[in-house]
Amino acid sequence: MTLLMAVSPLSHPFFQHAFLAGTAIAAACGLVGYFLVLRAQVFTGDALSHVAFTGAMAALAFGYDLRLGLFAATIAMALLFGTLGRRARPDDVVIGSVFSWILGLGAFFITLYTSSRSTTNGTAGISVLFGSVFGISAGSAVVAALVATGVALLVVLMARPLLFATLDEAVAAARGVPVRLLGYGFLALAGISAAEATQAVGSLLLLGLLAAPAGAAVRLTDHPHRALALSAGLAVLEMWAGLFASYAVPRMPPSFAIMAVATAVYTATFLVRRPAHVSRARAAVPTGP
Amino acid sequence: MTLAETGAPDWSWNLLTDFQEMWSYPFMVNAFRAGAIVAVVAAVVGWFVVLRRLTFAAHTVSLVAFPGAAGALLLGVSAGYGYFTLCVAAALVIAALRGGGEHEESALTGTVQAFLLASGFLFTALYRGLLEGPQTILFGTFLGITSSQVTVLTVVGAVVLAVLALLGRPLLFASVDPKVAAGRGVPVRALSVVFLVLLGAATAEASQITGTLLVFALMVIPAATAQVLTARPGLSLALAVLLAFATTWLGLTAAYYWPYPLGFFVTTIAFAGYLLALGWRSLSEVPGRRAMAPTATREVPA
Repeated sequence: MTLLMAVSPLSHPFFQHAFLAGTAIAAACGLVGYFLVLRAQVFTGDALSHVAFTGAMAALAFGYDLRLGLFAATIAMALLFGTLGRRARPDDVVIGSVFSWILGLGAFFITLYTSSRSTTNGTAGISVLFGSVFGISAGSAVVAALVATGVALLVVLMARPLLFATLDEAVAAARGVPVRLLGYGFLALAGISAAEATQAVGSLLLLGLLAAPAGAAVRLTDHPHRALALSAGLAVLEMWAGLFASYAVPRMPPSFAIMAVATAVYTATFLVRRPAHVSRARAAVPTGP
Repeated sequence: MTLAETGAPDWSWNLLTDFQEMWSYPFMVNAFRAGAIVAVVAAVVGWFVVLRRLTFAAHTVSLVAFPGAAGALLLGVSAGYGYFTLCVAAALVIAALRGGGEHEESALTGTVQAFLLASGFLFTALYRGLLEGPQTILFGTFLGITSSQVTVLTVVGAVVLAVLALLGRPLLFASVDPKVAAGRGVPVRALSVVFLVLLGAATAEASQITGTLLVFALMVIPAATAQVLTARPGLSLALAVLLAFATTWLGLTAAYYWPYPLGFFVTTIAFAGYLLALGWRSLSEVPGRRAMAPTATREVPA
């Protein structure tokens, strides 16, 4: 069945690496993304995507491994958001200005990198922005898969207290749940998964991998644990579908294929079930459905 | 190392000869012309964007510009048409969707943004004619702006400014206090739709200079800086135009002398201006309090 269809691309090493890294990354992003959506921190994902690009380009420009810059920048940014706090939301004008400057800085580092190292490939900027999952080497695929698996395991381990702290922070704090520590830990995990996702779909598109499966899962079920599992499952399936689709149609970049599948699934949830959120359900009660 | 590289300008400090040298190239003249037009239009529209807190819409519309431009190139049309068509279309879509549910909006917008950028990437991957790939669309370029492009920018910019001049007063009223404005019979909803269309057009103009990712730098930052410096509407509007204009021309000059992208210079100059304005305000507030000590003590008897 699917396995038979899957056999031919899986015999290529580049596809194996992409499959290995992609699966783990998608699972981690699905899990982390669910909590991002639930905690209304999708914006953090947006911020991380900007920072990931500039961090990676800065690392390349100064001659370090790209991943070093990625992880350092995203984790630092995530922890910074943690210190700013969930309630202390800065003005969106300030945020937008800072991020557009950070992106501009990234553009500067690209040029610095491509002009100072003329022998290296000039497409590094593009592969950071839009990902190059088929270009992952065996070594980085294993590292990416291990890190992503670690992130996924940690999220699963802290899922219960984190859910508690997300849904009712005050009660959770009163019950002795380390709410602040959980918040920090979760944001650090979000930073790591953003850095991981950058290697698969690129920094501009990682928001889709974080938000789309989670958004779909939230629409499909109200049960938190089921939604968490569904979000991870959808992310992995979307990643696989995207990889195979991109293999079947070589002119289609894998990042686009993954995003297209993710968007299609998310769109489909709007057809499957009407939004049944508490606030909206309550508002709809007097007038009927 | 990088500072030394970029901090050593190899220009003569004689502005006249520098500008004469730059303007001896037709493409630089076109770039300065286009930059001036775009700066004025973007700053005026951006001023209302900041006032109406529409920065998020501006961000989304600017992202649409990327698949727009890439798709137009793929179809063999001038990128300019792609910018204008998709930006205005996106503005209309946002206008139609506004006022929907807020709960899931973040996941939805995140997905939509990522999908738009991915589509743009697909178009550039299919279209192999771009010299530097999607980078020039994303981060801006000033090379190769043709005279006809300048004409298009001028015409669209003039229309946008004319409409804004006609709508200025009711729009200001509706932006500052929509409920009272609606009570007074100002068509608030129609105004907001028209303004979003103007926003789309201005975004399309600005993306051609700063690149789609950095439209914020020309549209929002100068206006935000001006509104930090003064609260008077007319003055801050003029200041926003001036700041955007100075940012663009300084950026173009810097991009001419140093081999780094225009978007970087424009964002850095605009952002530095914003930081300076914030610093100036916080500095002027301290001595201001001291100078107005009698009034302060009258208000707050310690």
